[in-house]
Amino acid sequence: MSVYPYIVAAWLLGAGLYGVMSSRNYVHLIICLTVMQASTYVLLLSVGYVSHGKAPIFADIPTNSTVVDPVVQALSLTDVVVEATVVALLLALVVQANKRFGTVDPNAMTRMRG
Amino acid sequence: MSQLAPLAVAVPLLGAALLILCQRLLPRSAPELLAVGIALATTGMTTLLLVHVGHGLTVYWFGGWHPRQGVAIGIDFSVSAIGVGLAAFVSLLMVLALIYGLRHLDVQHPYYHVLMLTFMAGMVGFCLTGDLFNMFVMFEVMSVSAVALVGYKIGEGAALEGGLNFAVINTIGAFLFLLGIALIYAHTGALNLAQMGASLRHGGDDRVVVIAFTLIVGALLIKAAVVPFHFWLADAYAVALTPVCLLLAGAMSELGIYGIGQVWFTAFQGALGPHADVVRAIFVGAGLLTALWGGAMALTEDHLKRLLAFVTISFVGVFLIGMGLLSQAGVAGTAVYVLADGFGKALLFACVGIVQHRLGKVGQHRLHGRARSLAATGVLFAAGGVLITSMPPFGPFLGKSMIDDAAIKAGYGFVPPLVALASALCGAAVLRAGARVFCGWGEVSRDAPDLADEDTGPETRGSHARTPATMFIPAVLLLAGAVATGVWSGLPGLAATAAHRFTDFTGYYAAVFGTARHLGSVGSSSPEWFDYLYGAAATGLAIVLAGLELWGERVVPGWRPARAAGAAAIRPVRSLHSGRVGDYTAALALGIGVFGALLAATLA
Repeated sequence: MSVYPYIVAAWLLGAGLYGVMSSRNYVHLIICLTVMQASTYVLLLSVGYVSHGKAPIFADIPTNSTVVDPVVQALSLTDVVVEATVVALLLALVVQANKRFGTVDPNAMTRMRG
Repeated sequence: MSQLAPLAVAVPLLGAALLILCQRLLPRSAPELLAVGIALATTGMTTLLLVHVGHGLTVYWFGGWHPRQGVAIGIDFSVSAIGVGLAAFVSLLMVLALIYGLRHLDVQHPYYHVLMLTFMAGMVGFCLTGDLFNMFVMFEVMSVSAVALVGYKIGEGAALEGGLNFAVINTIGAFLFLLGIALIYAHTGALNLAQMGASLRHGGDDRVVVIAFTLIVGALLIKAAVVPFHFWLADAYAVALTPVCLLLAGAMSELGIYGIGQVWFTAFQGALGPHADVVRAIFVGAGLLTALWGGAMALTEDHLKRLLAFVTISFVGVFLIGMGLLSQAGVAGTAVYVLADGFGKALLFACVGIVQHRLGKVGQHRLHGRARSLAATGVLFAAGGVLITSMPPFGPFLGKSMIDDAAIKAGYGFVPPLVALASALCGAAVLRAGARVFCGWGEVSRDAPDLADEDTGPETRGSHARTPATMFIPAVLLLAGAVATGVWSGLPGLAATAAHRFTDFTGYYAAVFGTARHLGSVGSSSPEWFDYLYGAAATGLAIVLAGLELWGERVVPGWRPARAAGAAAIRPVRSLHSGRVGDYTAALALGIGVFGALLAATLA
């Protein structure tokens, strides 16, 4: 198993994190969060990958074939569903914030400081 | 009986779905009563389970997928007394919170009740599960529900900001959790905590284990709001609806601490056990920093709910010390302290909610002396303030003395005085606030009013001329709970036995993989003489500090410069709470980096 998927995962995590830290627009910030999330997909799928493995569906392949790990695929799928909810909720809050403040800049929303 | 475990999660979820489906058909007050009924049912189920579990461990395999040859095929709920006890506490708090909001909360839709029920389902599931990925899912269920509840008053700017900060930081935490799960799954091939623990005992590549541990525990530290991961909490808890605050402060932060114990004692103890000293030192250090930071910030805060949010942070630090001692005695003390202190903090929030209902404000200087007519609420608030300073012999004192004794046994003799100082700071902040608001003592603060205060209006409907019984009675019950945990002499013994089961991996593994083993009960020691001393000193110091804050400028000549110096010292810390989510994320990244580096450097 090559080391590249892990490097890609680390890169996506770091790039997304940097984006969240420096973003001046909440919609952009949420997209940076989904970039971070992509890193979890890459890591999960690369963890379960088997060289020359087939998709783990035994309907049309012999039961003794080499297949990739179905567990991590199930985890990724669950993760997709869960985080879709989170992103939807975040975007809904941002829409409300835009109505209320007339801006989507996180740095302009600091009423609770100190 | 073990079927009750999945039902305790399924019933609130089904109830939530039912409320959404039938919202057009049901009369207006039905969702409220139905939600209370479901929370009561969950409390009943978890309490029955707690009695049934006793010294043992009840394991439920979903779909009947029992393990084969030491390999978990399905997902299990592994119910320990500590876990289900916490779940019962959560559902009890939920009952009180729902009653507290009954008919007076200004929420028109059944969504509030739906979210409260899913929130409870997530928290209960988190306490019961024996599967790491399931733990992540429950972590997210409770986070998403909690975010929606914090941002519920979308008309208020501060609520939106608090909700957004909460959501962004906790979502990053969730990603870290999932990355950790992926790494540890790659290493052990297991998601089941018992199987993972057994696999990790056989050693292997330490580096992957350390990275996974950093990520998973880091995520739980974010949930628990340990410094420097705590910034979101102050913003979120300050703006949530009061019944939600009861749950957030009373239970959700503590779940992060519970999660750390759960993953340590089941999964990671085997691999990192030889380095437990390092892990312990990190947890105790971070806990002390958090306890003092929260206490100091509470003392500078004008906004009552935000003040209590910092009190919550301070106590999370003490819980982390207790759990982070990684010993049976530490876990037992933390269990008692979480229970007693959870009641205490929920009580304080409940009192602030009553003030907000009657006077429509939560800023100390704006309320100065205006709550004189709310004598009964004032008494409850003062009682809560005294309780959290851990005055003997009440519940918080019992829990704190157990943690102190465990810390001294582990060689951390400097912990008890510092924890007492943190309790005194929190108590002083609360008592000072109570004296100002309910008695009008001291001078009207010259500090500039908080912006946030102007943004928070009344959250209740109906007449504001009197305190409804549905708000007052839960507060009284919360006070009774905090007092009773200290008076009930059997509690320390039960907690000690439960903690023994919680920390024993061999027994846990045996129960999950089919060969149940009975563990005897263990004794617990009663508080030592110096525990009473620390408790009394903390209470005394809190009262003196509060008095100095109120009248010190007139009575004590040196107090004014001393106070100015203190205020100058805390100003840089205060300015770190900038409200900017980017800054919070940077602090989070720094914290995770330092935590990982400390672990890696000492294990290398």
